[in-house]
Amino acid sequence: MSVDFCGLQLAHRVINGSGTFDAIAAQRAFGAALKAEFPFAAYVSKTITVEPREGNLPPRLWEAPGGLVNSIGLPNKGLERYIAEDLPQLASILADEHRPVPLITNVMGSTPEELSRLVEACEAHKEIAAVELNVSCPNVKTGLDIGADPAALEAVVREVRPRSRKPLIVKLTPNTADVAACAQAAQAGGADAVSLINTLRAMALTPRRSGARPLGDGRPPGNVRRSSPNPAITSVPWLGGGAGGLSGPAIRAVALAQVAAVAARVTIPVVGMGGVQTTAHARDLIDVGATLVAVGTESFRDPAAGARIARDLD
Amino acid sequence: MSEAPFGRRLLTVTGMDELGSYRVLRVADPDGPDPAPGQFAMLATAERWGGGEDERPYLPRAFSIARWGEGEAHFLLEDVGPGTNRLCELEASDRLWVLGPLGTGFTPSRDGRRALLVGGGVGIAPLAILQDVLEGQSTVLLGFRDAGRAVGAALLGGAQVATDDGSVGYDGRVTDLLTTELDSDPWATVYACGPAAMLEMVRAMCAERSVPAQLALEAGMACGFGACFGCVVPRRSGGYLRVCVEGPVIDAAELDLVDEHAGAPT
Repeated sequence: MSVDFCGLQLAHRVINGSGTFDAIAAQRAFGAALKAEFPFAAYVSKTITVEPREGNLPPRLWEAPGGLVNSIGLPNKGLERYIAEDLPQLASILADEHRPVPLITNVMGSTPEELSRLVEACEAHKEIAAVELNVSCPNVKTGLDIGADPAALEAVVREVRPRSRKPLIVKLTPNTADVAACAQAAQAGGADAVSLINTLRAMALTPRRSGARPLGDGRPPGNVRRSSPNPAITSVPWLGGGAGGLSGPAIRAVALAQVAAVAARVTIPVVGMGGVQTTAHARDLIDVGATLVAVGTESFRDPAAGARIARDLD
Repeated sequence: MSEAPFGRRLLTVTGMDELGSYRVLRVADPDGPDPAPGQFAMLATAERWGGGEDERPYLPRAFSIARWGEGEAHFLLEDVGPGTNRLCELEASDRLWVLGPLGTGFTPSRDGRRALLVGGGVGIAPLAILQDVLEGQSTVLLGFRDAGRAVGAALLGGAQVATDDGSVGYDGRVTDLLTTELDSDPWATVYACGPAAMLEMVRAMCAERSVPAQLALEAGMACGFGACFGCVVPRRSGGYLRVCVEGPVIDAAELDLVDEHAGAPT
């Protein structure tokens, strides 16, 4: 079979969520088996920014009921080193004489100038098949997430759209009053597809009880004494970044509702994700209008989850 | 280091042995690749993984491979949270999801230095498989909280034991035993695994005496293969190292400080 997604011909309907699968690290862990059994029909990179980012202070993880709260902070090498170092390695992993796996590069910029530079760089490199915009970043003027504000989102997409002829996917945030309005705005700005849901904003406090164990041993980090940025919060946030995003099966029902709402409102393809663990979960998202399904946190539990989910999908 | 088969594998538990306060989980893995000492696996039970305290566990848990041979992998468990609690319930013929072997293990020194193995608590696990593969004599120093845990020293051969409460062996810290050893003969490589506070003392002591040290770190992990970037520790030269791929065994010279950071997976 073959699935058409924005003109890309994909072997099946399952891809990865950005930031949930590092193909270069996976090749180191699994060797040639990764390429031979590559689990995704297209590969989405982690978020690339113009400048390198180290990411947030640890701890970065908290195990929640049926899910994971993460505060990773988008660590990446920056655009220049992504292009110079990662792109050749990714191209080699994704190459296939019959059907190469298209590379979708996810980018985030805090200004229209940064975003334009990122999108232009993607346009210039043939190894990149499509671009995904991470718009879950604050507007420097309003402090609101660009992706949560339909007018700001439409303006950003309109600004970067002419910088590339490649398919442009907008990754929508679920942390907004009306995700379908945001999807419509992305479409109006010229997006070729939307993907959702990103993680739900979440936080965790350092456990008070002795013997309480999150993913860690319950003690706050020794060299990272943090006070809460919010004076109303009298406990210490567990995550080094203060707050994070919830993913995993805990958000699956939310994802289904938001994907359904978006698919009913736009005509462009929708990539649905959020807590998908089985073929049945993927089928649910397709049934409410998704063209592709992305697997994220489930790949942490099993790197081959994407292949397992895709196997019985069509 | 060994590469892991791609994807988690459903293996069968062959036994669960009591070892004082600990359990040794034995798993049949006749087709698995030989792990390097210090490599680890992500474990989750096939049945009822979830629904424990606080509706957890959800993620698999990382465990050093403690011993390997005759088609079996051994893991050392201590029941300290919902993940380890469920794993400790396993019995022979139960099924277990296993991803691994993963990570970068110990690199046995080839410069003729003697091997000093320093372990604390459940962190003694990777030193057992290391002792199995090291050629020649190794000196083993193990520290435990109390007598129940000190029974775990039987996992290695010929260990000198220290306990915090003085109930078994030397009354005090394992790092006191290490001081004595390094004072008598500093031509050594230290291989250590244990609580962060112990590893930090080992790191500082070895740095001061210019003794090479390889530290097996522990961190909460979501994936174990470099995908989530959740298990990082600060690197001396700046930025972070992922404990799962650049570690878990990290050259002490790469670290400024072994910190509690993300704590131990439970």
